[in-house]
Amino acid sequence: MNIQISRRDALLGSGALIVSFSLAGPSPRAMAQTGTKPVTLTEVDSFLAIDKTGNVTIYSGKVDVGTGVSTALRQIVAEELDVPFERTKLIQGDTLLTPDQGKTWASLTIQIGGMQLRQAAAAARQALVTEAAKRLGTDQLTVTDGVISGNGKKVSYGELIGGKSFAITLDPKQPVKEKAPKDYKIVGKSHPRVDIPAKVTGRFTYMQDFKVPGMLHGRVVRPAAIGAKLESVDHSALKSIPGTVEVVREGNFLGVVASNEWDAIRGAAAIKATWSKSETLPDQAKLWDHVRATKVVKDEVTSNTGDTAEAMGKDGAKVIKATYDFAIQTHGSIGPSCAIAEFKDGALTSWSASQAPHDLHKQLAQMFSLPLDKVRCIYVEGSGCFGRNGHEDAAADAALLAKAVDRPVRVQWSRADEHGWDPKGPPTMMDMQASMDPQGNVTAWEGTFYMPQQTPNGFLVPLVAATLSGLPAADHIAPGNVFQDSAIPYKFANVKTVCKRLETTPFRPSWIRTPGRMQNTYANECFMDELAAAANMDPLEFHRKYLDDKRGLELLDRLAAFAKWAKRPSPQKGSSGSVAKGRGISYVKYELVRTYVGAVAEVEVDRSTGVIRVPKFYVVHDCGQIINPDGLKNQIEGCVMQTVSRTLIEELKFDRSHVTSLDWETYPILKFPQMPEVAIELIDRPNEKPWGAGEPSAAVIPSAISNAVFDATGMRLRSVPYTPAKVKTAMQAA
Amino acid sequence: MAKTKALTVNGKQVSINYDDPAMPLLYVLRDNLGLNGPRFGCGLGQCGACTVHIDGKAVRSCVTPLSTVDARQKVVTLEGLGSPEKPHALQKAFIDEQAVQCGYCVNGMIMQSAAFLTKNKKPSDDEIKDALANNLCRCGTHARIVRAVKRASAQA
Repeated sequence: MNIQISRRDALLGSGALIVSFSLAGPSPRAMAQTGTKPVTLTEVDSFLAIDKTGNVTIYSGKVDVGTGVSTALRQIVAEELDVPFERTKLIQGDTLLTPDQGKTWASLTIQIGGMQLRQAAAAARQALVTEAAKRLGTDQLTVTDGVISGNGKKVSYGELIGGKSFAITLDPKQPVKEKAPKDYKIVGKSHPRVDIPAKVTGRFTYMQDFKVPGMLHGRVVRPAAIGAKLESVDHSALKSIPGTVEVVREGNFLGVVASNEWDAIRGAAAIKATWSKSETLPDQAKLWDHVRATKVVKDEVTSNTGDTAEAMGKDGAKVIKATYDFAIQTHGSIGPSCAIAEFKDGALTSWSASQAPHDLHKQLAQMFSLPLDKVRCIYVEGSGCFGRNGHEDAAADAALLAKAVDRPVRVQWSRADEHGWDPKGPPTMMDMQASMDPQGNVTAWEGTFYMPQQTPNGFLVPLVAATLSGLPAADHIAPGNVFQDSAIPYKFANVKTVCKRLETTPFRPSWIRTPGRMQNTYANECFMDELAAAANMDPLEFHRKYLDDKRGLELLDRLAAFAKWAKRPSPQKGSSGSVAKGRGISYVKYELVRTYVGAVAEVEVDRSTGVIRVPKFYVVHDCGQIINPDGLKNQIEGCVMQTVSRTLIEELKFDRSHVTSLDWETYPILKFPQMPEVAIELIDRPNEKPWGAGEPSAAVIPSAISNAVFDATGMRLRSVPYTPAKVKTAMQAA
Repeated sequence: MAKTKALTVNGKQVSINYDDPAMPLLYVLRDNLGLNGPRFGCGLGQCGACTVHIDGKAVRSCVTPLSTVDARQKVVTLEGLGSPEKPHALQKAFIDEQAVQCGYCVNGMIMQSAAFLTKNKKPSDDEIKDALANNLCRCGTHARIVRAVKRASAQA
């Protein structure tokens, strides 16, 4: 362990121990496997600091987007350092202070961010214990609550640090030994979330509440159509609104700034703008024809075993085909996006609830042609975003307005801004086919998935304000990583899965919780159920037959017991009456390398109205070591409820010009009376790595529902959402 | 020109400067009075994030013009219901049940439930779900919220 005087003690005050990543070694960004080019952490590298009073400050590039990870990350560090939880504090998502650990996405905060912090804490503990051994004259030491004891003497972390500064450099190639899980006292317990008391009493400062001295309020006047040009502006009506300060026009970007929020709102409404006609969107009624006709720029083969064509062409092979589609959906944050920006001495400070402050940092620097060290992005928690929603765009709006008026400006998006202008979950279509031998054994499997292309550096969604104003912007269209889970965990002799990467997609695409994995798992698991029915086998047994993964098999067995699964083929026999009831199963090993989830849905289909109800879900979940069981259950419950909503009712509506689902009436989400009961069994494996949990259980929900509808009625639903109209059409066809 | 109006908020008489009588109460509370309990969610009365009590009734402050509220009416926000040190039974129940994910909607959940529980002191789960049918949560915290309301009602 290399201890030296830190160059960062100015930042941390006199006397501290700081743990950083080796600047020469692989960056944590590279370990995060985000697919983007690793950046060198030359400016911001510290993971944690312990001051001379023994208090621990954690610097996390991963942020808490309302999932409770700020509590879980503190549990991890407090545990590893043997300090009381209360002596830790967390600074998150500040490009001046926290390391770039990649976006807060893909259920990686605990798995990647948490494990980097665990290493940092283990390294700090080891260094402090080594120092203590010298001081106390023994290496027979114990650590309790930040105090090291041995030889009848004791010394605290704070006393060891004293007024001096130490820097420890982590070398990812030589990991420090971590605490044995059997000794855990904090990790694995349901520590109450630190943010809840303030949130339930109105004392929590969300981004939407954050204020900067001297700030003004801005609103953007949105184009009447995507791609429309601003032809003329009449703002004469603003004369009667005393608080309006300035109208800002830059290219097709139009905004108003006022001294107070209400005047900004009514000011934006009072501006009369004329926009050119623009019809860039396809006819929604023919969306799937449009997707099928879109140019494919790349065939991305995600698995290829054996020879599927040969197997399917064999004498006696029964070939089964099905096509699935999954609608365009929106994030639907309850609090529309909000941001504040300030230009001072040629430097931009941006406060936002972006899930990726370090990415926004690059985008804002590009937009305003500023060097990176002239832009600082600071995360302030907002309403849950569930992926890249409008937070970054609000940040760009605020920055553009702040630059124009040379004052700090806060931009609060309206509901119509959020529904109309946040980037969308792209339409996804899946063609599946498989062959069976006369005995009902699967001989070949093919999956073809249609999704937007992933351009180089395609992890940055272009900022609306940059596009409208004509300022420099990244010219990307596609969300990365949505190919995940197109390949399958089942051992068929011949398998081929291909992602057809499309040149264009109707809206700016981004990621909504479980992006790509949800759509791909939907098709795979529905089709598994179709094959089980074709083989006249119990669907759970059918899964077991083709799985050779010990943890996966154990999970399925526990799911069968937990959900009291009765073995029989689907559909069930003798279903009659006005309400048909059924059960369906689905399984995923997330991205084929991490969290295992199995789910059983119980559904009721009203034959006369076509309405599907989902009274109950059973979920069995194995994400390895569990940091906070109650926090984990909260995430799983959220995945189920949100995804039942997405499966049953959510579909973005649009005309040729623009989104027409601009509020909660036109884009409804599931409400309390329709909520399912969720029963969860957690499989805890304290000696395994902790994996992510914010997304995986969402992956299995649509297919479990679809398979349960088939079990109840004998009809296959292959187009999400399962609206009553689609159900009725399917019933008539069945 | 700026006008002045008296209101009664969280038990205190306050004086408001305003220009537009159509300004929704939400902005008075948040921007004039610095009360962040009521939240902006839709501005359309569709989601419930902005809910406050006026004379004990749960109302959507985002569609309540200032002109319709006067000083004789008692306006109560989430801050007026209780504090971290002295939480209302519902606030305590939401903490005990950890009935929050992002928490942006929770103001509306608690304010709607508080008004509801004064009318129905021992509700069933289904009655709670019906009472909250027009309050939206995107995180999917519904089951915990129902449990929290039930817990608070059991302690009343």
